[in-house]
Amino acid sequence: MPIFIDRRLNPKDKSLGNRQRFLRRAREELKRSIRDQVRTGGIAEVDREHAVPMPRKGTGEPTFGDDKASGRRQHILPGNRTFSPGDLISKPGGGGGYGSAPGTKESEDDFRFVLSREEVLDLFFEDLELPDLVKLNLKQILSFKPRRAGFTASGAPTNINVGRTMRNSHGRRIALRRPKQEELDAIARQIAELEAKPASAAVSERIAALREAFERLERRRRRIAYVDPVDIRFNRFDPQPVPNANAVMFCLMDVSGSMGEREKDLAKRFFVLLHLFLTRRYERIEVVFIRHTHEAKEVDEHTFFYHTESGGTVVSTALEEMHRIIEERYPVAEWNIYAAQASDGDNFATDSERCIELLDRKLMRLCQYFAYVEIIDERESHIFGSTENGTSLWRAYNAVDGKWPNFQMRRIAAPADIYPVFRQLFARQPDLRKSA
Amino acid sequence: MVNQARKSELLFSGSDWDFKKLSRAYEEIEAIGLEELRLDIYPVQMEVISSEQMLDAYSSVGMPLMYRHWSFGKRFLYDELLYRKGARGLAYELVINSNPCIVYLMEENTMALQALVTAHAALGHNHFFKNNHLFQQWTDAGGILSYLDFAKSYIARCEERHGLAAVEAILDSAHALMEQGVFRYHRPPKLSSEQQREGLRERLEYEERSFNDLWRTLPPSQGKSKPEAGEDNLAERKKSLNLPEENLLYFLEKNSLVLEPWQREIVRIVRVIAQYFYPQRQTQVMNEGCATFVHYTLMNTLFDRGRISEGAMLEILRNHSNVVFQPSYDDPRFSGINPYALGLDMMQDIQRISTAPTAEDRDWFPDIAGRGDWRDTLLDAWANHRDESFIRQYLSPALIRKWRLFVLADGADEPHYEVASIHNERGYAKIRSALAQSYDIGASRPDIQVVDVDLLGDRHLRLQHTVKDGVMLEGESRDATLRHVRNLWGYDVSLAAIDGGTGAMLSERWTKEL
Repeated sequence: MPIFIDRRLNPKDKSLGNRQRFLRRAREELKRSIRDQVRTGGIAEVDREHAVPMPRKGTGEPTFGDDKASGRRQHILPGNRTFSPGDLISKPGGGGGYGSAPGTKESEDDFRFVLSREEVLDLFFEDLELPDLVKLNLKQILSFKPRRAGFTASGAPTNINVGRTMRNSHGRRIALRRPKQEELDAIARQIAELEAKPASAAVSERIAALREAFERLERRRRRIAYVDPVDIRFNRFDPQPVPNANAVMFCLMDVSGSMGEREKDLAKRFFVLLHLFLTRRYERIEVVFIRHTHEAKEVDEHTFFYHTESGGTVVSTALEEMHRIIEERYPVAEWNIYAAQASDGDNFATDSERCIELLDRKLMRLCQYFAYVEIIDERESHIFGSTENGTSLWRAYNAVDGKWPNFQMRRIAAPADIYPVFRQLFARQPDLRKSA
Repeated sequence: MVNQARKSELLFSGSDWDFKKLSRAYEEIEAIGLEELRLDIYPVQMEVISSEQMLDAYSSVGMPLMYRHWSFGKRFLYDELLYRKGARGLAYELVINSNPCIVYLMEENTMALQALVTAHAALGHNHFFKNNHLFQQWTDAGGILSYLDFAKSYIARCEERHGLAAVEAILDSAHALMEQGVFRYHRPPKLSSEQQREGLRERLEYEERSFNDLWRTLPPSQGKSKPEAGEDNLAERKKSLNLPEENLLYFLEKNSLVLEPWQREIVRIVRVIAQYFYPQRQTQVMNEGCATFVHYTLMNTLFDRGRISEGAMLEILRNHSNVVFQPSYDDPRFSGINPYALGLDMMQDIQRISTAPTAEDRDWFPDIAGRGDWRDTLLDAWANHRDESFIRQYLSPALIRKWRLFVLADGADEPHYEVASIHNERGYAKIRSALAQSYDIGASRPDIQVVDVDLLGDRHLRLQHTVKDGVMLEGESRDATLRHVRNLWGYDVSLAAIDGGTGAMLSERWTKEL
């Protein structure tokens, strides 16, 4: 007699620890893949699973093995039809393609495997230097609230739907012809009436027949339950994301010639981070891309990141465009408005005044949050440091910064500089969670 | 009469299985196996697992317990991907050479498949594990699970104490030398019992605790003039270290000058596991052949006795023929010789030779031809052979003709393959010998040994690769592996390639040059 053990309910994912060790080992290469995907993909696409190629650096397992291109060996093969000893067969070029050559299986480079959302975000966050609490917040899935969604045959007793259950039970009782109480009562009454009469052979025979019928019905009633487990229905609940208000995110970027690959890459990460934050808080997010040179235009994401245009720089045009779009499509009562602006800070001096005015009078009243990053050279970051001096746009925005608490600005030269722009945004997170 | 009626009823019907059916089928199959084939098996433990768990087991080299290492994670990703893409199915079962013998059954299997798998694994493989001399001598079926349990928790403890990276570095290096980490010719010491291991660990911990760096600073004692004897000759040096040594991991574990006690223990764990799998690699054809022969015979017996329905038998046969499918060399599906097919065919051939031999068989196998009792011959072969000797002994001309085997000679620097032998009078012996040779692990793996080390001098470790038939080592992986040897040894390592025939030095590689 063998011992049987049912292991199906044992914990799965026994190799999770091995997977983590593998990802840690291949970290650099995976980070590069994710960065490439962020660079080429859309802003909203970061926040999900990604398929990445199998990393090869650092994951080799070397052993002493034979060099296939040296020495003499013999292959023993089945299925000879035409060969005789001494026949020469020319080798296929490159050594591949011939079934007998060992080790030329499917090449491992074609393998792509899927990283979970968490793993992707971990890799994405790595050099942004986010505080752990913020990382945790960003990785959190939306909160859910159970909502009624039809009926189900299994569930907790507290969720029994009495109406539905009784309806089923009623139908079943009719279908199986369960004797009603009235029928029993009627027979009982007849028996009582007959018993009241003077006894005779005919009457007692009739009584016996009635008793038998009574008992048969009673048995039937017992066998066919009034409410059977098959009748019971439970209310079904579906987890629904907690409805949040809508948010719109404005991405503003200067695309004049001075913004190169590096600048755009930094800007993109800045936008991605804001987008991630918004996805955690709002159910529906729209992203509006506005790029500008000396005139501003709303464009799609691809154009936004990949098309360059030459021209001067008039920042206020972008702000005006944003204002126009808000008026047109995003009434403040229904939308939370966030804006993120990236620029290298060049602007016509006279225009900066206009920017202050636009922000101060109109936009800051409409926006939940306005973040501005000025992308500078690594070398410049030493010179400027945190001084008030800087480009004309920087000086102008400094004035706004002092006045509005929901305005943030920052110079960035490296990915690690991005997070501080949002520090205040994330710092408010705990209260928001409490209220959710 | 009643008994007769009970006996002829079906063991199961329909494709669903439950534990009662499994148990009934097992008992019937076991009874027939013991009585008809005279099998001798370990007690069986059957475990039902899901496909995810099967994938988990795949990635930890088929063992139910394994320490953690990134390479298993990588393997898991490959296996999972192949499976998800549908490029490869999962095995129906997995069997572990342990006492009791653990057999994993997949929950997706139909009842007919479960019966097939029971006969294949719980009877066939189990008998082979218990009776084959290699397994008997070289592995300890009773101790392996508790050893793996120890290994897993020991390595987890090391990770806690010394950090993931340090443990990983040692494991990486030890894994690279796994192929060179087995004793090929003399028998390895038995796995120490749990208490002994515990004692060893305690002693190591005591040594760690009582370590005092002061002892190092004592001046060397004047009395003994040891250095004089230190100028020993080469022969004596080699003798004291038991050189040459083929088991690199063993040598490094015992003699490395830089490994900490816990690192030695990890090297030892890797070595023990490599040794445990060594017999399995030498007996692929026999092991699978034995299991396939057993399931085929038992299932047919059950069917003949009317215990399995025709539908179930058809399903069993379909799966059986998938397993023993052997495409010919020019078929796109060809990927080498299928050990299931070769093993089964050879064993059925032995059956045929024993009962209905031809004149040719009497010529080639005078001692078994026409002897009648094929069971004895098979039991004897299962107990006393490995692939190489089994093929050398029993591959018959009839089977060579049936398979139409031929030998291709392949010289790396020639533009052509040459057909060396085919299935004719002159070729039989050569084909048989070549095929046997190709299953000889000792001959087909590079032969690398420790030949010299100067412990009192520059501590330079000399390895020697004996080159056979001019087959050199692949350069890139050789250098990477040498680096791992250096990690474990701590000082310079060199690898010389010596031609096996002439003894000429072909090349030498130093870790200094890497």
